[in-house]
Amino acid sequence: MLKSWLILKEILRGAAITARHFFVNMAFHTLKLFGLRTRRRGAVTLQYPEERKALAPRHRSLHRLTDREDGRPRCVACMLCVTVCPSECLSVEAAEDTDPEIQKYPARFVVDLNRCCFCGFCVEACPVDAIRMDTGEIRLASPTRADLEITLDKR
Amino acid sequence: MFADILIILVKAVLALTWMLLLALFLTWVERKQSAVMQDRVGANRASVLGLRLFGLFQPFADAVKMLFKEDFAPTFSQRALHWLAPALSFFFVAVTMVAVPFGDTIRLFGRAIPLQVVDLNAALLFVLAMLSLGIYGILVSGWASSSRFALIGSLRGAAQLISYEVALGLSLVGLVMVFPSLRLSGIVEFQGKTLFGFLPKWGVFLQPLGFAVFFLAGMAETKRVPFDMPEGESEIIGFYTEYGGLKFGLFMFTDFLEVIVISALATTLFFGGWQVPWLGAGGFVFPWGGGLKVAPWAVTVLRVLAFNIKVFFFCWLQILVRWTYPRFRYDQVMDFGWKVLVPLGVVNILATGLILAAR
Repeated sequence: MLKSWLILKEILRGAAITARHFFVNMAFHTLKLFGLRTRRRGAVTLQYPEERKALAPRHRSLHRLTDREDGRPRCVACMLCVTVCPSECLSVEAAEDTDPEIQKYPARFVVDLNRCCFCGFCVEACPVDAIRMDTGEIRLASPTRADLEITLDKR
Repeated sequence: MFADILIILVKAVLALTWMLLLALFLTWVERKQSAVMQDRVGANRASVLGLRLFGLFQPFADAVKMLFKEDFAPTFSQRALHWLAPALSFFFVAVTMVAVPFGDTIRLFGRAIPLQVVDLNAALLFVLAMLSLGIYGILVSGWASSSRFALIGSLRGAAQLISYEVALGLSLVGLVMVFPSLRLSGIVEFQGKTLFGFLPKWGVFLQPLGFAVFFLAGMAETKRVPFDMPEGESEIIGFYTEYGGLKFGLFMFTDFLEVIVISALATTLFFGGWQVPWLGAGGFVFPWGGGLKVAPWAVTVLRVLAFNIKVFFFCWLQILVRWTYPRFRYDQVMDFGWKVLVPLGVVNILATGLILAAR
């Protein structure tokens, strides 16, 4: 019981801290309400759909296929990404290219986002820098599974 | 005769409306205040026609949600009691507002109307009795649910509330010794005088220890977080385990009503009720000399406003406490009630008695 009297000071200090947070934050909220911009804000919250946090440069978002200078995909359908993918979400169908330098191109390049774990191994494995995960698109939710099977070669 | 009944009915409806609206508002305040205290924003998405108003429509959205939920009772529950418990709980809290004076007397159509629903001559006892009867809501709900968690919660609640009733009662004995009246309007009248010529003669200055004990015991009576033994949402779900929808909402609402009742009582008993410091019937009379004439209607408005501001301050304080401290353990609650608050209450009575006798 004596101990609880000794911590009385700390108890009051706790209330003082929360009350200070309340009044300081309320002051910033009030300033904002009157249109004054302050360096500090009343809350750390980002109002998500309206406010976005900048993604990190290395952030792994939705995949994209890069193109050659003439507009054809860089991908040579070597299947390295398909091999390395731990969740087996990539499926590539190779087709023969008329250009003997290129030999193969992907007739179909599908990412099944239902399975993808966004590990980025496919990007690492690609020998020709044909796939990247830098679109910045992170709103990938969908009501149906079929919508999440994304065909990347839009040709 | 008929007019008297009509006046009382109107006043009762107004008092209840005031209380319910404030409780609805407090559900919003609780969410926003806790958010601001924790550097968050809080509920702000509920909108009517694109108008958000800082989420002020959130309570209405919640109310609509509660209303449209299924009104169920478990098959093993005792239907009648299960239905009765939230009503009991709600009723006994809401009825205490009858005795609280909102302001002084106004004159309307040649009639003196005190801004108080009924001026009971034992209002203090009435309020304490009604707060005690509120235990039945908890007990009945726990029993009617036929659920072990609910029963444990309700028994804990009953034990806690009975323990703190003692401290609450003892803390007010000293007050009654200083202001020799049990009428709440009388107690407020007494607090209109000044102490040493400048300090308003509020209960808190005459009974600081009594106020501390009263406020702590009162917060335990609201059974909100530092003292949430009956609920204990992190261990047992408490006496409303088997409740849902509007019946559960009524229990939650009762908690907010209790916050308002404790705030209103703290205001009325210890902070001068509707008294504004140094404001008399004719206007302000400042202790440093000089005065300020105020029209009679403005005096009434100022006094009602003062009462509301004080009540709101105590609601704010209780929400601050609720969002600052972690919960007590059950034995700590009991220790705190019986080994700290009850002895302090007795000490307060003895000290008050000695000072009154020595004067």
